[in-house]
Amino acid sequence: MADDTTTDAPATDGPTDEVADEATEDVVRDEAREALLALFTDALGDAVVGSHILAGKDLWIRVSNEAWRTAADIARNRLGAKYFGFLSVIDWMPSPFGRSMDSEVDRRIAGDEPYSLPEGSFETGYAGGDTRFQVFARLAHINDPGATWGVTLKADLDDETPSVESWTSVFAGADWHEREAWEMYGVDFVGHPGLRHMYLPTGFEGNPLRKDFPLVARQVKPWPGIVDVEQMPSDEDEAAPSDAEGGES
Amino acid sequence: MTAVTDRQKLQYIAAKAADARVNVELETEGMTLNIGPQHPATHGTLRIVARLDGEQVIEAEPIAGYMHRGYEKLAEVRTYPQITTLVNRIDWLGSFANEVPFILAAEQLMEVEAPPRAQWIRTLLFEMSRLGNLILFLGDMGVQLGAVTPAFYAFRDREFVLDQIERVTGGRFHPNFDRIGGLKDDLPKGWLADTKSVMNKVRDFCDEIEELLMGAEIFTARTRGIGVIPKDVAQQYGLSGANARASGIDWDVRRDNCVGLVYPELDWKVWTHPDGDSFARFWVRLQEVREATKMIDQITDGLPSGPIMAKVPRIIKVPAGEAYVATENPLGEMGYYIVSKGDLTPFRVKIRSASFNNVSITPWILRGVYVPDIITILASLYFILGDIDR
Repeated sequence: MADDTTTDAPATDGPTDEVADEATEDVVRDEAREALLALFTDALGDAVVGSHILAGKDLWIRVSNEAWRTAADIARNRLGAKYFGFLSVIDWMPSPFGRSMDSEVDRRIAGDEPYSLPEGSFETGYAGGDTRFQVFARLAHINDPGATWGVTLKADLDDETPSVESWTSVFAGADWHEREAWEMYGVDFVGHPGLRHMYLPTGFEGNPLRKDFPLVARQVKPWPGIVDVEQMPSDEDEAAPSDAEGGES
Repeated sequence: MTAVTDRQKLQYIAAKAADARVNVELETEGMTLNIGPQHPATHGTLRIVARLDGEQVIEAEPIAGYMHRGYEKLAEVRTYPQITTLVNRIDWLGSFANEVPFILAAEQLMEVEAPPRAQWIRTLLFEMSRLGNLILFLGDMGVQLGAVTPAFYAFRDREFVLDQIERVTGGRFHPNFDRIGGLKDDLPKGWLADTKSVMNKVRDFCDEIEELLMGAEIFTARTRGIGVIPKDVAQQYGLSGANARASGIDWDVRRDNCVGLVYPELDWKVWTHPDGDSFARFWVRLQEVREATKMIDQITDGLPSGPIMAKVPRIIKVPAGEAYVATENPLGEMGYYIVSKGDLTPFRVKIRSASFNNVSITPWILRGVYVPDIITILASLYFILGDIDR
């Protein structure tokens, strides 16, 4: 069990690299993942629009929206990433509600005014991105002890009508994941055999995991863990003036 | 020449009759059978709608979502330490194992590493939760086939394991014990010695189950060759854990991509089975329980001393970045894809749970099987509803 089990990259990534990892953060290279990225770039050409390597850890590749299905096809049939991990979507818009425990925006109540996204106010993650929604998926090459690897693929989606080609023709298992992403984010997967609700009741309106979908529990309750104890009667007397302003008896 | 027995004659007649049925293609009226959402064989609230032709399933559709709790949304309004309380409840039979990948992903973003002793105890408790989970599976598989006794044995022996978990963490099912940078507490006194004797009990349980079930003719008849999943299909659907290994896929996250746990330092074996049927899935899990007891023995022997908590700030802010860390949970590969923007809360948490992928194969695998086999196949795929619905 001792042979390079801490890495999921194809071979070479020996313990010497791991040490270098910690010592010199800037010059660290991950040749295995660079080679893997080169394979993807060779196969996909211009469709690869961004990439990110975290040396010794992981690889991210962003492809163009049009090449999303092709990327899966090539990854599976040419590069050997036959294992389908998961597929989901990220909404990069900063949440207008409850972003953080002490932030101002927490106090905004749903339905005040329509929330519009300030231009250029959000940043995307590894491998970049230009749009609010991104689809991302995890594939892996397994069944090959000592030489397994994994990759996260991403693609940008249109802001207004997010849609992308379905992966179901490449990975049958993408079926449920795309149904989930469809109902949670409202992303259309073109070519999916039947986009219907996975978890939510039929007729549910809205896409719960979008950032502008309010989490009602968060609106009516204080931050979990902040107020753990009920006020003692004596505290209540002191707190009375401020409470009265809030209109509570 | 051999004499033709009555039995053979009857078999011949039955075969002819079956042929006749096929040749004439008797019109049978289709029927829709609804199993669940509340049914003893569905392990909770999974509903299966099967369209039948006689005894055969033409099409089956599992309907999940009766227990959806929206953890991915809730995680966006919880601080990192608060999230372990949520994810505990994903696979409730192996709760501690749910916390570990999340904590490891957060640690990867923070570039924090737990001290060696914490890593060893994490691995130890991880394997304990595997036992707590899989022992119940071994007993439950019998129940689905009409053998009730193994379930009682399973509940009896699982209790020893849960007691040990409770003595460390304070909770039988929801330990909430893992922390960013280490663990909440050290092991109590005398715990290691007791664990050893529990491991002996678990090994005895395995032998018992092997004799009770795998020796039984009915068990083999109803599991061998039933619900066969080929290697390629298993990978397409993202089957992981014992389900993948039972299809001959030699892959275990513990061995091939171990992050932050001490599996590479232990001596153990990844069991695979070439058949891919219900029996293989049962067999692989049985071996896994045995391997887990071996690992726990090795850990209790080799546990290093030292601190159990690394230096982490009191208020945890995770630096911006993305990380996906998966571990080999009792049910299969479980991973968390965390996107952080440097806040107290994660920006997005994608929970990759094993059962979701494992169950998504049901429409494929149930096509053409007989009604009683639905139950066997579902039982052998082994899922926890909380792990599908999250």
